Amino acid sequence: MNTNSTESPAGVDEVFMEDLYGNETELRHPWWYNFKYLAVGLLFGIVFVKAEIISWFRIQEMFRLQSFHMFGVIGTAVVVGMISVWLIKRFNVKTIHGEPIHFHPKVFNKGQVIGGLIFGFGWPMTGACPGPLFAQIGTGALVIIVVLLSAIAGTWVYGYFREKLPH
Amino acid sequence: MMEILRQPWSWYLAGGLIGLIVPALLLLGNKHFGISANLRHVCAACFPGKVQFFQYDWKKEQWNLFFVAGILLGGIIAAQLLTDPQPVVVHPALVKELQGYGIIDRSDLLPAEIFSWKALFTVRGFIMLVGGGFLVGFGTRYAGGCTSGHAIMGLSDLQVPSLIATVSFMAGGFIMANLLLPLILRL
Repeated sequence: MNTNSTESPAGVDEVFMEDLYGNETELRHPWWYNFKYLAVGLLFGIVFVKAEIISWFRIQEMFRLQSFHMFGVIGTAVVVGMISVWLIKRFNVKTIHGEPIHFHPKVFNKGQVIGGLIFGFGWPMTGACPGPLFAQIGTGALVIIVVLLSAIAGTWVYGYFREKLPH
Repeated sequence: MMEILRQPWSWYLAGGLIGLIVPALLLLGNKHFGISANLRHVCAACFPGKVQFFQYDWKKEQWNLFFVAGILLGGIIAAQLLTDPQPVVVHPALVKELQGYGIIDRSDLLPAEIFSWKALFTVRGFIMLVGGGFLVGFGTRYAGGCTSGHAIMGLSDLQVPSLIATVSFMAGGFIMANLLLPLILRL
């Protein structure tokens, strides 16, 4: 697929932009409008803890095929998400502020494989992907702040060497 | 009602609620579910240096920082009000395997033999916490997303690159958990 993406400025731009698509709104809202996202995150955090998704043991079981739990969680989430996205597209659903909802096709690059494997190595070590790290800290496991800082350091190092890495 | 909330929740309830985050964020303001991007926003806000990857207006992305602040608060609420006093139920084969590494504490969601300040200053603890965290941060950004951005948001939008990323996450996890982790946990 995209063999010359390392040379192509377009490919690099794609990597640069990929997670800056989060904010699509043209509307200017006061900062405290962001509390609606805090509310969604709060619910998410409770689910993380109560369904033991932040449990190191559940992640070990998942990768040893000893439990269906995590596969069930992720699988159900994907199915519900798929149906939701399909409905939004099918009926041209707008945001609560009346804006059309945008989607961004992702472009393949080698980072999804190489970076994906690297993240995969880290996942059973910490027992957490980035979201659960925050919930683990919330439950009082303050030593996870070290894991989070290390993850931020890892992100920074990636940013520093990004142009030298295969994409 | 509180009794039900205190017990561990089922996979279908949890999965359904997590899936609903995708439309919730889209409907509330055209936001795409993706948590690891916050690690980048922290870099951009606190120590961008001269790195081009961190030169952007992170304040436009602050909704996502509110979102993870919510996750943290949710963790506090769940731990304070909704804790289950029972020890974590773990597959017997895993219990036996972990005993071999001296990991026996199952009173919490994270085993204290690895996830404690004391363990952090052992070789094993340092590799697991600092090494593991680094791989998560480096790998998710290199892959352009994590379980939320690729596996849930990306697959919900039927994105082939997200499927490739998700398969890679799982492959990496299986390799680490079955081949490498036994060596690390023996340290």
